[in-house]
Parts: sequence; structure tokens; C-alpha cells
Amino acid sequence: MANNAYSEKVIEHFRSPHNYGKIENPDGIGKVGNVVCGDVMFLYIKVEKDAIKDIKFETLGCAAAIATSSVVTDLAKGKTIKQALKLDNSAVIKSLGGLPLIKIHCSLLAVDALQEAIYDYLSKNKKPVSEKLKKAHQRAQKSLKS
Amino acid sequence: MKRIYLDYAATTPVGPAVKKAMVPFFSERFGNTMSIHSFGQEAKLALEEARETVAGLMGAKPNEIIFTGSATESNNLALKGIIFAKLIVHKNQRSSISMDGLHIIISAIEHPCIMETANWLEKQGIKITRIPVDKEGLVNPLDIKKAITKETVLVSIIHGSNEIGTVQPIKEIGAFIKNANHKLKTKIYFHTDAVQSFGKIPIDVNKMNIDLLTTSSHKIYGPKGAACLFVREGVKIEPILHGGGQEDGLRSSTVNLPAIVGFAKACEIAKKGMGEESQRLIRLRDKLISKILKIPNSHLIGSKNNRLPNIVNFWFPFIEGESLVIQLDLKGIAASTGSACSSMKLEPSYVLMALGLRPEQAHSSLRISLGRQTKESDLDYLNDNLSKIIKKLREISPYGK
Repeated sequence: MANNAYSEKVIEHFRSPHNYGKIENPDGIGKVGNVVCGDVMFLYIKVEKDAIKDIKFETLGCAAAIATSSVVTDLAKGKTIKQALKLDNSAVIKSLGGLPLIKIHCSLLAVDALQEAIYDYLSKNKKPVSEKLKKAHQRAQKSLKS
Repeated sequence: MKRIYLDYAATTPVGPAVKKAMVPFFSERFGNTMSIHSFGQEAKLALEEARETVAGLMGAKPNEIIFTGSATESNNLALKGIIFAKLIVHKNQRSSISMDGLHIIISAIEHPCIMETANWLEKQGIKITRIPVDKEGLVNPLDIKKAITKETVLVSIIHGSNEIGTVQPIKEIGAFIKNANHKLKTKIYFHTDAVQSFGKIPIDVNKMNIDLLTTSSHKIYGPKGAACLFVREGVKIEPILHGGGQEDGLRSSTVNLPAIVGFAKACEIAKKGMGEESQRLIRLRDKLISKILKIPNSHLIGSKNNRLPNIVNFWFPFIEGESLVIQLDLKGIAASTGSACSSMKLEPSYVLMALGLRPEQAHSSLRISLGRQTKESDLDYLNDNLSKIIKKLREISPYGK
């Protein structure tokens, strides 16, 4: 059944999300959002030869939050770290066939979660972190506390 | 796919008898109630008959019923109408009173059309007190008594909550206000928004000492576009719509007769079936509550005993309400939530927050409202799907494992 506010693609991902769950001993974890606002995403990555070998998410949130989490894991899986860092929310929105305006922030949150997981992986492994990623990290940490 | 409607608090379907009663008023008896020819007089007659029927369901006199277009309009008329009448009376007496010399008391869990009207009046200078509720969502009449000042002109307390189904002690509050009026030698009016309770539980405006009362047609299987405001004889209100002087000058607008006739028919049917249907719904409701509370980590919101026959609300930690509602919709079940994500304001329900729920708890709420077409097998279907959906959403959630 169609839900007016959401595209079929969003509903599809929401009905059966891809890559949900936890990775034991992940190489990087990204935690964004907060329960007060109603959206929390945890994103886990396993990295091999500088590429995202496995990726999973856990999300508390609305249909858009779950669908964007699912799609971001699809988009990032198999990509190199460098490629994954280039993913932005417009790629997520495009893959979902659009999002209602009021839900755009969910796609930003999903991209933040991915970047946070990569930041975590890079800093744990003492790899160089770009200024842009550092700033994104600071922003995400701030939203976590607000 | 099966489709099960469990959102009767949002609106109800128009029944066949109501539809049938309305039909002649579209093309045959279509006259304007203000016309003096036979077409108009027939229409006028039908309007007055409808007025009598609606009045009868609340123990009012027909001349105390003002038909409006919506409960929102009725509630606006009640609050603004009383305030403007006070201002005008004082102006005529050449005594000075301004907006900030008037005070209204409401509860913290009013419907948005009371809440926003009060907020607007507050911006104009009117003093507003919002009485808190306890964990069950109940107003303590003593708090109202304490809040009354010399400037109080109106107390407006919702009868049955549209969100949590809690029924307020309206009779007790009415008696308190009556006493306060006697002691203070003043006249504080008592208004109640009875949109969800009207036609479902008994209401008597005299026994309950109510001065103004709002009801709506589309919550009791009548059409949308008709509602009423009961205004006790002698209570002065100013209109907010000025024009041709319909409804005793209190609501100018050509009368929407088909909708009003439908509303009256819906009242007639509600009156006949009220006892029996309410008992049936209470049985179904209580069964549903005990079944849903068997889902791990599930919580009932609102009062267990002081509750409308047809509204229940729960919260389920670690998941979000919009997700829940859409998953249910994908199974053909219609329900609603107080989650921020489902609202245009992206804020959790202030009603749930007033009960002391934290935002994350309000986000995880689910309202189920039953009605005439609800069968026990519908609720079994809901319960089966609900427990599966909650389990799945908790699997996806980072918490609650």
C-alpha cells in the first residue's frame, strides 16, 4: 500500500531494511542523533584493504530514518574509504526516489553516521584525518549532546 | 489486503441512515433557512428539528444550541466570544477593563484548538493559567479552585482527551465553579470540549453545571462540516463571524443544512445505542489493554478507570511511533501516534509530556481508537501484528536488546 508522504523506495527499505544489526568487533563505529529528538543511528564498519568490507546499522527512528540508514549502508558497502567519504545526502535521497522536505534531516543523519564510523576507524588506526572530516566529527559530537 | 480502521478518534465513517437522512437536503429541500418562502421555511423547520435533537442528547434547551462548521470553530467562539462580550459590557458601562484584566483557566492537555486560541488570546494580553495534570492525565479540581482569581472569566477543561482517552471530573469541576461564583459573587463561566465524549458517555449540562459545551458531528458517525456550541441561556457571548445574523446572530453564515440534519440523525442513533455500544466497546477496550500489556516492555498511558470507552494509548520503549504506525499501515491497520516525526512541528505531543512522559517515551506512543465497526477479531489481528512489528523494530533499534 502506498503511503502518500513516502516514495515506494523508502517504504521498500523501511519494510525490509538491508544490513541491519550489529558487527562484533567492528573497525569503526559511528553514533549520531539522540533519543530526545527521536532519531538515533549506530553504524558499524569492517574495513579490509582500505575498503568497507562489511557495514551494519542499528536505528531508532521514523520510517525515513530507517530507510536512509539502510540505503547508506548499501551505498557504502564495498567502497574504498575515500569513495565512501564522498557520499553525501543527495546520493541517499536520490537512491530513495526523494524524501519529504521535513525528513531531509534523516538523510543528513545517515551520512553523518557513516562519516563518524570512518572517523572512528581512521583515528583508531592512526591514519590521517582530513580537516573536513574533523569538522564533521565535531558537529556530530555536538548534536549527540544537544 | 484486509483493512482495519482503528482511528475513530480522528474521524468516523458516516452511517447509511445518516446519509439517507441527508440526501433530500441537497437537491429537494435545498432552501436557505433565512428565506421567507416555502423552500426557506421547510429548511428552517428541519433546522429547528435538528436543534431539538442535538439539544436532547445533552439535556439542553433547543435555543441554547448554536450550530457551527467545526469543533475548532466552536472552541474559538467559546473562548473569544466570552472575552469579547466581557470587554464590550465594560465598555458600555464606561468602566475600564482591558485584556490584561481578564483571566482564563484551561488544562495542560486541551486539544490544539483550545490551546492555540488561548495562546493567541495570551498574546493579546489575556492572562492564561494552564492547570497541570497528574500521571494519569487527570486534572485536580482543587488546582482549578486555587487558580481562580477576581479576574477569572472562564474555565475551559476538556471532557474526554482525544489523545489518551482520560475523562476529567467535569461534574466536580462544575460544582466547584458554581460554589466559587456563589462565594465570590461573580460569574465565572465553565466550558468543556466534549468532542470525544459526546454520544459515548452521558452528558447533562445542568447536572454538570456546564455553561458552554463543544461537540462535533464527524466524531459520532455524522458528516464533517457540522458541529455545535451549547451556550446556556443568559450567558453573553460575542460572535466571531459577522454577517446575515444566522444562529441568533452568533454565527453568521448560510446554514449547512445537509450536514446539520446528518449530525442530528447521528445524535439520534448515538442516543439509542449509547448504553449498549459503550458496554461493548469497554469490553473490547479492556481486553485489548490486557493483551497489549503482554507485549514485553509495554506501558498504558492515562487513567485505567476514568477512560472513554474507545480510546487507548501505549508507549513502547526503544522504538519510534511513526515507524510503528507505518508498519501497521503496511498491514492494513490504521492507528496514530504522538511522536514528533509524525507531526508537522517535529515536537512530541505536549499532552503526553504534560503527563510526565519524557520526549523519547512520547515518541514511542501509539493511539488506538475503537468504534462501531470494530470486531474482536480485528483486535486479534492488530495484536498479532503489533507484537511482531515491535519485535522487529526493536531488532533494528540500538536499544532494548
